[in-house]
Amino acid sequence: MLKIENLHASIEGKEILRGVNLELKAGEVHAIMGPNGSGKSTLASVLIGRAGYTVTGSVSFQGQDLLASSPEDRAAAGVFLAFQHPVEIPGVGNMYFMRTALNSLRRQRGQEELDPMDFLALAQERMKLVEMDQSFMSRSVNEGFSGGEKKRNEILQMAILEPTFAILDETDSGLDIDALRVVANGVNALRSEGRAMLVITHHQRLLDYIVPDQVHVMVAGQIVRSGGKDLAVELEENGYAGLGQQESAGRMPVGSSR
Amino acid sequence: MTITTAIGGVLSNLEPQRRDGDPAWLAAARLAALAWVGEHGFPTRKDEDWKYTGLEPILAVPFVAATAGSGRWVSAAMIDAVAVDLGGPRLVFVNGHFVAEFSRLTELPVGVEVTNLAAVLAAGPQRLEPFFSHAQGEHHAFAAFNDVLAEDGAFIHLAPGTTVAEPIHLVFLSDSGGSPFMSSPRSVIMAELGSRATIVETYAGIDGDVYCTNAVTEAVLAESAEIEHYKVQNESQNAFHLALLDVKQESNSRFSSRLVMLGSAIARHEARVLLQGVGAEVSLDGIYLPQGDQLHDNTIFVDHVATNCISHQLYKGVMDGRGHGVFNGHIMVRPGADGTDANQKNKNLILSDRAEIDTRPRLEIYTDDVKCTHGAAVGQLDEEALLYLRTRGIPLEAARGLLIYAFVQEMVDRIELEPLRAQIEALVAGRFAHGDPMALP
Repeated sequence: MLKIENLHASIEGKEILRGVNLELKAGEVHAIMGPNGSGKSTLASVLIGRAGYTVTGSVSFQGQDLLASSPEDRAAAGVFLAFQHPVEIPGVGNMYFMRTALNSLRRQRGQEELDPMDFLALAQERMKLVEMDQSFMSRSVNEGFSGGEKKRNEILQMAILEPTFAILDETDSGLDIDALRVVANGVNALRSEGRAMLVITHHQRLLDYIVPDQVHVMVAGQIVRSGGKDLAVELEENGYAGLGQQESAGRMPVGSSR
Repeated sequence: MTITTAIGGVLSNLEPQRRDGDPAWLAAARLAALAWVGEHGFPTRKDEDWKYTGLEPILAVPFVAATAGSGRWVSAAMIDAVAVDLGGPRLVFVNGHFVAEFSRLTELPVGVEVTNLAAVLAAGPQRLEPFFSHAQGEHHAFAAFNDVLAEDGAFIHLAPGTTVAEPIHLVFLSDSGGSPFMSSPRSVIMAELGSRATIVETYAGIDGDVYCTNAVTEAVLAESAEIEHYKVQNESQNAFHLALLDVKQESNSRFSSRLVMLGSAIARHEARVLLQGVGAEVSLDGIYLPQGDQLHDNTIFVDHVATNCISHQLYKGVMDGRGHGVFNGHIMVRPGADGTDANQKNKNLILSDRAEIDTRPRLEIYTDDVKCTHGAAVGQLDEEALLYLRTRGIPLEAARGLLIYAFVQEMVDRIELEPLRAQIEALVAGRFAHGDPMALP
C-alpha cells in the first residue's frame, strides 16, 4: 500500500531524514520508535505534505506519487495524520468542520454528500468509539480542549473520515492511563484489512495497547532496526543508546535496505 | 456665494438648495456651512483624521446634486434584492430622496413618528434647527457640506416611554443613471425619555455606478433611551461613501451600533459619540472587508464627558487584494469623567502582500479614576490551521474561506436581527468563498 524509498528531507539546510525505506501492506500496523529529534515527526510531516521541506526520494501510495500531491489530494487518496499537537481553530465549529471535511472527501471521490442530519447520526455513532459526548461537537475545533480531548478528537476524525492509511504521531503523549486506553481502543476498533497504520511513539507503553505487526527504530533520520513487536520491549529495557553504538560499529541494521 | 467661489472649482456643479418655503434660519445655516467649507476647504492627508484617506479621487469627479425623481428605473424588486424585509416600517430613499411608493409605514405606537425629513421641513421645520449647525462648532467638512445640500432623509421621533418593537428600516438606494451625482441624506433620530427602537440603515447601489453618498445621521438619546442601530454599507464598488453618525447621549441611555462595510471604492464611516449624561453606555462594532482597490476608513471619536459612562468598541477588518483598511479610534476622557469604563479593540487579518491596514487606537485620559483598555492586532491566516484543514481533505481555497469567515463570524453573530444576520452572513461568506460553496457554513 505504501512504499517509501530512500527518502531524504531537509529544512533550512539541515538534513533530518537521511534515506528512509519503509513498506506497509494493507491491514498492517507498523510502529516507529526512536529518540527525540530522530526524525519521526518529520517523516509524518513529509508524508502529509507540510511545506518547507526539501524532499528527495519517492513515496508511492497505492501506485500514486504522494510527494507530488497537495495535502488535500493526499487526504482524498486516503492519507490521514493524527497530529501530535492538534491546532486550535477558534470560530470553526467542530461538527461543521468534520462535516465539511467528510463531504469534501466524498465529493472528490464522486460520492454523495451527507446532509447535516445524516452526518449527525454518523458522528454520534463514531463518538462512542472514543467516548466523546456531543458537547465537543458544538465547540470550536480543539479550542480549550485538554490534551486528552484533543487526541480523542483526532481519533474521532479518523473514525469519521475512514482513511486507508493513518499516521498516529505521538498520540500517547500527554495522556494519562485512562485516556490512553480510550484512545487505543478507538484505534484498535479502526484496524481493518483494508487499512494500514503507522504509529509513531516515543514509549513502548502505547504498543501494549496498540499491538503492531512490525516495529522500526529510527535514529538520526534513518531506520536502523526493524523487527516484531518484541523489539519494542527490548528498546524499553536497553534504551536507544545501544542502537546508536551498534550502527557506529558498522553493523548493518536489520530490515535496512542500504 | 456659490460652490465655485467657495472651493475653487472642485465639486463646482453643486449648488446649495434654495426653496421658496425654506425658513430663514435654514437658508442662513446653508450659507454659513458653505462659507465654512469655502474657508477651510476639504480635509487633506495633513489633517490628523484624514491621514490615510485621500479625497483626490472623489474631488476629481464632477458630481451634480441628486434630485428628487431621479433613478426612475428603480423597482420594488431591486429594493427587495438589496434590503432584506425586516417586517417593520421601511423608508426607501432613491438617490437620497424619499419614495413613498416603495416605502411601508406600518401602524406605529402613539407618540412615534417615522417620516421623511422633507416632510418635516415642509410642515414644522423649526424642530430641525438644532441639527443644521455642524459648520459652526464641529469642524467637519462633509457634515457641513451635507448641511448645504441635504433636503431629505429619515426623521424618527420617539415620544417618552414609547417602544417600537419592529425594526425601522431605512433603505438608501442609489441609481445614478450614468451621470455621477452626490446624494446628501440627512437623518434625525430623537429618542425621548425611556423610549426604545431598533434602526437599520442599508446603503446600496447599482453595481458599477459612480456616485457619492454623503450621509449624516444624528441621534439624540434622552435619559434612559435605548437605540439599537445597524448599518450595512453595500454601495456600488465604484461609488464613494462618506458618512457621519453623530450621537449624543443623556444619562443611563444606551446606544449600540453595528457596522458592516462591504461596498464602495472609498468608504469612510465616522462615528462620534458624546456621552454627556451620567451612566450612559455605548457599544460600537464594525467589520470592514476591503478587497480589490477598496478603501474602508473607520473613524471613531467617543467623548466621555459625564461620570460613570461605558464605551465598547470592537472592529475587525479583513484586507485582501490591494484593499486598504483604516481604524482610527479615539477615546477622550475629559477631566471629571470619573468612573469611565472604556475599551477599544481592533483586530485585522491581512490576506495579501499588497493589502494595507493602518490602525490607530488612541486613548486620551484627563482623569484618574478610570478603567480603559485598548489594543490592536494585525495578523495573517494561521498556516498551521490551514494545513490541518487541508490534511482533512478541505481544498486550500475553501480552507482559507473557512478560516477567514471564522475570524469575522463573531461579529456577524452579534447581529441580533435574524433576517439581517442571515443576509450579512451570506454577503460576508460569499465574499470569501472564492466560488466554492464548501466554504459557506
